[in-house]
Amino acid sequence: MGMTMGEKIIAAAAGVPEVKPGEIHTVKTDYLMSNDGTTHLTIDMYNTKLKHPRIADPKKLVFIVDHNIPAENPKTAAVHKKMREFAAANGIDFYEGKGVCHQIMYERYVEPGQFIMGADSHTCSYGALGAFGTGIGCTDFLYAMVTGESWVLVPETLRFELTGKLREGVYPRDLILTIIRDIGANGANYKIMEFGGEGLHNLSVNDRFVLCNLAVEAGAKTGLCEVDEKVRSFLKLREEKYGKPAGGKYFTSDPDAKFLKTYTYDLSKIEPVVATPDFVDTAIPVSEVGEVKIDEAFLGSCNNGRIDELRVAASILKGKTVHPDVRFLIAPASQEVYLQALEEGLVDIFLKSGAMMMNPNCSVCWGSCQGVIGEGETLISTGTRNFKGRAGHKDSKVYLGSAATVTASAIAGCIVSAGGIHSKL
Amino acid sequence: METIRGKVWSLPDDVDTDIIIPTEYLALPTVDDMKKFAFSPLRPELAGKIEAGDVIIGGKNFGCGSSREQAPEIIKHLGVSCVIAKSFARIFFRNAFNNGLLLIEQPDLPDAVKEGDEIEVRMDEHVIIAGGKEFPIQPLPENLMEILAAGGLVKAMQKRNGR
Repeated sequence: MGMTMGEKIIAAAAGVPEVKPGEIHTVKTDYLMSNDGTTHLTIDMYNTKLKHPRIADPKKLVFIVDHNIPAENPKTAAVHKKMREFAAANGIDFYEGKGVCHQIMYERYVEPGQFIMGADSHTCSYGALGAFGTGIGCTDFLYAMVTGESWVLVPETLRFELTGKLREGVYPRDLILTIIRDIGANGANYKIMEFGGEGLHNLSVNDRFVLCNLAVEAGAKTGLCEVDEKVRSFLKLREEKYGKPAGGKYFTSDPDAKFLKTYTYDLSKIEPVVATPDFVDTAIPVSEVGEVKIDEAFLGSCNNGRIDELRVAASILKGKTVHPDVRFLIAPASQEVYLQALEEGLVDIFLKSGAMMMNPNCSVCWGSCQGVIGEGETLISTGTRNFKGRAGHKDSKVYLGSAATVTASAIAGCIVSAGGIHSKL
Repeated sequence: METIRGKVWSLPDDVDTDIIIPTEYLALPTVDDMKKFAFSPLRPELAGKIEAGDVIIGGKNFGCGSSREQAPEIIKHLGVSCVIAKSFARIFFRNAFNNGLLLIEQPDLPDAVKEGDEIEVRMDEHVIIAGGKEFPIQPLPENLMEILAAGGLVKAMQKRNGR
């Protein structure tokens, strides 16, 4: 019986020839990533609850401060200090202020075929490079940190067969919001979302990150994309930049692999959408959203803060100004992205249009550090979630859209697609 | 496992981790400081009313959203004996058992009970009794039973390998 790509990665991590959905296996982890959301809790448990604390392999650990950076109060400053000191004392790679954790992992660590656990739900993003990334809590993290292992229930796989190309003005973000709307917020609960087909190969590696990153918003354990030459080129470039050899194992699903269900999407039929408050699986065409005035617009996050999205925003903003009643916040996903945006002159365009440049972090998407919205306010965001109160006050509203829709809305002062902006000006 | 008897608090579908504990309260020093804000965007009064042994009933996809482990920890600290829902989000599911909080998936019970009802969970008989009716439940996998019996993953780990 053939195996899916995800099953092959789990089998390799478990050191067994074959796995089947429903089986529980013990797996070795290639990397363990944790950020300032919960690392302090892991460190506290490590120091106080274990009789003989010992880290299995510090070289597999990566600690990243990205949620509340720079610290906004003494409590979060203390969390960062604890992480910094623990990382230094134990020889753990440590980053702060360099970018959103998943972007750092993508730029510097993740290899195809790896099994990676992260104490953050969007760890499922690493499937863009053909790696199995999955989110865990701080106790699972502690267990994996001291044993080098964890347990995993082998999930069933949903296959998303993509055909064609996205039309101009339509983005991977529109595609994944549409898919989540179709299958529901728990449509992939406990399952793998595997993306493949010629439509997938037409997308860039950055675009694939956008798809995998939101897999958890349909409940998935991970998102996985078929690997191809574009992934090899990405790793080659990374080798030149950071000296990390382009390695990894390229797994693909067998022709007789068993998928629980296969969905087919013709990318040319996708249109710009927004998810409406307070759930991610609520996408409607931007053209049907009606008159929704906004107070704030946010471009950034691990889902949508890469150079591709910044270029889209700059192309729409050039020569225009942000609406006087709107705060437009832009947070590149990493310093690498920020530097490239500077080199390409994008930041110039943003600042001249009246947008605010933020440092690379989770920013508005995390709803506690910067750009929080007040009672009764409305935000349109490229962030990951629009749950009630996610971006600030419990009686505020969050809409999710593509970088193009967010930018066009920031100019118009109300929700509008980039294509429909002229009717609003 | 002992039989659980408790009063029911009913919650809707898709109760996410930002509802269970909003981001702004995560900076509080301990989960005991945080627990009074549990479910506050949805039901601000709820945390103050829950009594030890009570049961929370959810719809589908309970615990969706972030991996913040404070979410199940807080429910445990409120004294809730178990959460029963049509389905749970997977990270929350692991985190709950890792903190010694029992979760039970039952597709029909959430629509068959109302807030304030008393129910009985007989784990050893794999059945829940509510309103005189029986609702079957699946037995838990062995590794989850081991974690739960020890009172969470850290304690199970100590038992398993002396760490």
